[in-house]
Amino acid sequence: MQGLAGAAACGTVLASSGRAGPVAAPPYRPQFFDAAEWAFLVAACDRLIPADASGPGAVALDVPRFIDRQMDTPYAHGAQWYMSGPFMAGPDNLGYQLPYAPRELYRHGIAGMNAHAATRHGRPFAALSAALQDDLLRAAERGSLVFGDVPSATFFEQLLANVMEGAFSDPIHGGNTGMGGWAMLGFPGARADFMDWVDQYGVHYPLGSVSISGERA
Amino acid sequence: MSTDARRLDPVDVVIVGGGWAGCIMAKEMTEAGRSVVVLERGPDRGTASDGAYPASIDELEGNFRYKLFQDLSKHTVTIRNNSRQVALPYRRMAAFLPGEGVGGAGLHWSGVHFRIPPDDLRLRTRVIEKYGAKFIPEGMNLQDYGVTYEELEPFFDRAEKVFGTSGEAYKVNGQVVGKGNVFSPSRSDHFPLPALKDVYTAHLFRKAATEAGFHPYSLPAANASRQYVNPYGAQMGPCNFCGYCSGYACYMYSKASPNVNILPVLRRHPLFELRAACNVLKVELDSDGRRATGVTYADAEGNTVTQPAELVILSAFQFHNVRLMLLSGIGKPYDPARNEGVVGRNFVYQNVTTSTVWLDPKVETNQYVGTGGGGVAFDDFNSENFDHGPLGFVGGSPVWVNQAGVKAIAAAYSGGPPGTPRWGSAWKAGMIDTYRHSLRIDAHGTNMAYRDVYLDLDPTWKDAHGQPLLRMTFDWKDNDIRMNRYVVDKIGNVAKAMGARRVHLTSREFGKPFDTRQYQTTHLGGGAVMGTDPGTSALNRYLQSWDVHNVFVIGANAFPQGTGYNPTGMVAALAYWAAHHIRTTYLARPGPLAG
Ligand SMILES: Cc1cc2nc3c(=O)[nH]c(=O)nc-3n(C[C@H](O)[C@H](O)[C@H](O)COP(=O)(O)OP(=O)(O)OC[C@H]3O[C@@H](n4cnc5c(N)ncnc54)[C@H](O)[C@@H]3O)c2cc1C
Ligand code: SF4
Repeated sequence: MQGLAGAAACGTVLASSGRAGPVAAPPYRPQFFDAAEWAFLVAACDRLIPADASGPGAVALDVPRFIDRQMDTPYAHGAQWYMSGPFMAGPDNLGYQLPYAPRELYRHGIAGMNAHAATRHGRPFAALSAALQDDLLRAAERGSLVFGDVPSATFFEQLLANVMEGAFSDPIHGGNTGMGGWAMLGFPGARADFMDWVDQYGVHYPLGSVSISGERA
Repeated sequence: MSTDARRLDPVDVVIVGGGWAGCIMAKEMTEAGRSVVVLERGPDRGTASDGAYPASIDELEGNFRYKLFQDLSKHTVTIRNNSRQVALPYRRMAAFLPGEGVGGAGLHWSGVHFRIPPDDLRLRTRVIEKYGAKFIPEGMNLQDYGVTYEELEPFFDRAEKVFGTSGEAYKVNGQVVGKGNVFSPSRSDHFPLPALKDVYTAHLFRKAATEAGFHPYSLPAANASRQYVNPYGAQMGPCNFCGYCSGYACYMYSKASPNVNILPVLRRHPLFELRAACNVLKVELDSDGRRATGVTYADAEGNTVTQPAELVILSAFQFHNVRLMLLSGIGKPYDPARNEGVVGRNFVYQNVTTSTVWLDPKVETNQYVGTGGGGVAFDDFNSENFDHGPLGFVGGSPVWVNQAGVKAIAAAYSGGPPGTPRWGSAWKAGMIDTYRHSLRIDAHGTNMAYRDVYLDLDPTWKDAHGQPLLRMTFDWKDNDIRMNRYVVDKIGNVAKAMGARRVHLTSREFGKPFDTRQYQTTHLGGGAVMGTDPGTSALNRYLQSWDVHNVFVIGANAFPQGTGYNPTGMVAALAYWAAHHIRTTYLARPGPLAG
């Protein structure tokens, strides 16, 4: 919500890609995103959750892979949303009213972000400096970019939500590689048994995270 | 009449919806020797299939893909803040999360299990006695339930024994017996299980609330503190504070659910039949509309089927019950312009806000440890436990720490303290600090009923069966905003006593409309309320339709206005209360229940 207040803070922390130029993609072949979309996704993930002193970033956690895999689920096809018309615009507080499923939001949104990058800076988003990327992401978050009938804030919220999911969900879904997201939070994951820790007051649970498939961090 | 529907052989009782209300009614009716069919729109579910460890411990599927919840693509509602607006479809899950499938929301609820405060049952009378009729704001429909705590007590007791509820009593048979809620009424018996242990944050809250001069108690929780066998012979294991209550089937068989506490016995009863994936379209009435003849539903193959029955019980959840009444022509629909009619009238919600307290960074709050119903509360500002005279509002809020288990994606979404960006390195640092060293305190308040807040059928949008969606007209009102702000201010005193490093008090803001995008609770109420006056209630005090005597409507729809507590303890008690009167009076002499 308080996007602007953090602007200064963002500039002073260790960013994983403080230099210009695209970030090297992990060896994964996306199924849904084309090359230009994938480059955007990797670059945006790297800005939304950068690697820093607090822990790994979204790229190391394979969040782009998570999002690409999600695009193949019923959720991304809009199967869990009420998608019957008519579609009418209304006040923001009455919620999402567009006829687009997540897959379409990504297609429209990424094209829109790259178009804005090209118009303003003559290059696609992934080729901009970290500072320019942050400016564009903040503009999208504020809703001040226009992508046809998809408000930039709608796309940004979709992206941010999926990035958070990818970094912090069980690795079974393709993100949170090595449970790095959980380790930085101190979240024990699928342990789901604190019978002997309920009344150990104020001290952190001693065992590392486990995943659904039995990995240990 | 649906003439093209396939007609089945009649049964004694048809029950719409397989959640807590439906399963309690089915159990009671089979005990009374009646044949029962439960029609449930969602899939069959159980612990073995939906709560198997470790696959069920998946936050993405449970809380973000809503695996166990209502399929909004088929059925949803439309919402607007006032009747001048066009209501728009609730297209994505957010503010409230209705359940679907066998067990209903009772499979994936949290477990906070309350009895309603006695004063809440006769709130109109109490407010007038204490402050005079002029105290009730213009446009507020304040009503009594038409039933007293003393009448309901045996049924609260029954429900707690069936649910295996953990808690500490204050008074049993008029004698003070323990350190329970000093504001709670006398009980006929102790809780079936002792209170759960306090997690660290609840322990701190208990201490700080005492220091601040309040009266903390353990939340009554339908999460078993020990192994337990209920009166039906269903068994529960001790809760291990796994933190996966809300949104999940309990893999430990520790959280009460229809699936664990009733269905294992009910499913084996020869008079009981469960039909999943059957969506009831309407209740069929005879030619003069005074008697129900059964229900018509769409089965999994898309056939339209009519199930004749002597008795119809709607237990499809609060707003689905109201919609089925409207679709079937049971009771007079509410007309807000003329202030007439009752079905859809007095629609209410839960007025909850959550504040955050940051402790010393050396202190780990372990927010992932927790159980859905566990925690510590105080009631000093709930119900009529305090003097509203100088405050000028009706209603109140219990205040509590109810650490149900905060998991990683939720932590990421919640982020850092206000002022922190929502992404980037500053977010990361703030979010990790918040997750590890903070705790949350809720003001879980009442929402009163108002003349211009109501339910009706939407003129535009339809469900997957071509039937109109229900339309909600809802907004927060001045009385309830002022109540929330008064109580949240008290949370500041508790936080101070905790030695907080930082406090963020969240209260409702004037002029900020109800926002369907933010999760609040699924504690929706009213719309087909109980009472003693057919002019202001759709149901009599036995939850029987005033107009169609062989239709009983069980759920939080019966609440004339909101209460500060979570609804399910009251819903279960009302189900047992209605069932008792059906069994003792109605079945022998079907007709309107009097008195
Ligand atoms: C995440 C969550 C946490 C909660 N935690 C608490 C808590 O801690 N304490 C508390 O008191 N309450 C809590 N609640 C609320 C609680 O779950 C409900 O009060 C309770 O489940 C209501 O029971 P019910 O039987 O009235 O309705 P439900 O449990 O909703 O059951 C109704 C059933 O009817 C079915 N149905 C609907 N329409 C039709 C139709 N047309 N045909 C056939 N079937 C139909 C539905 O699919 C559903 O299965 C929580 C709810 C949620 C979602
Ligand atoms: S916290 Fe307890 S009751 Fe809840 S799901 Fe875990 S074991 Fe079950």
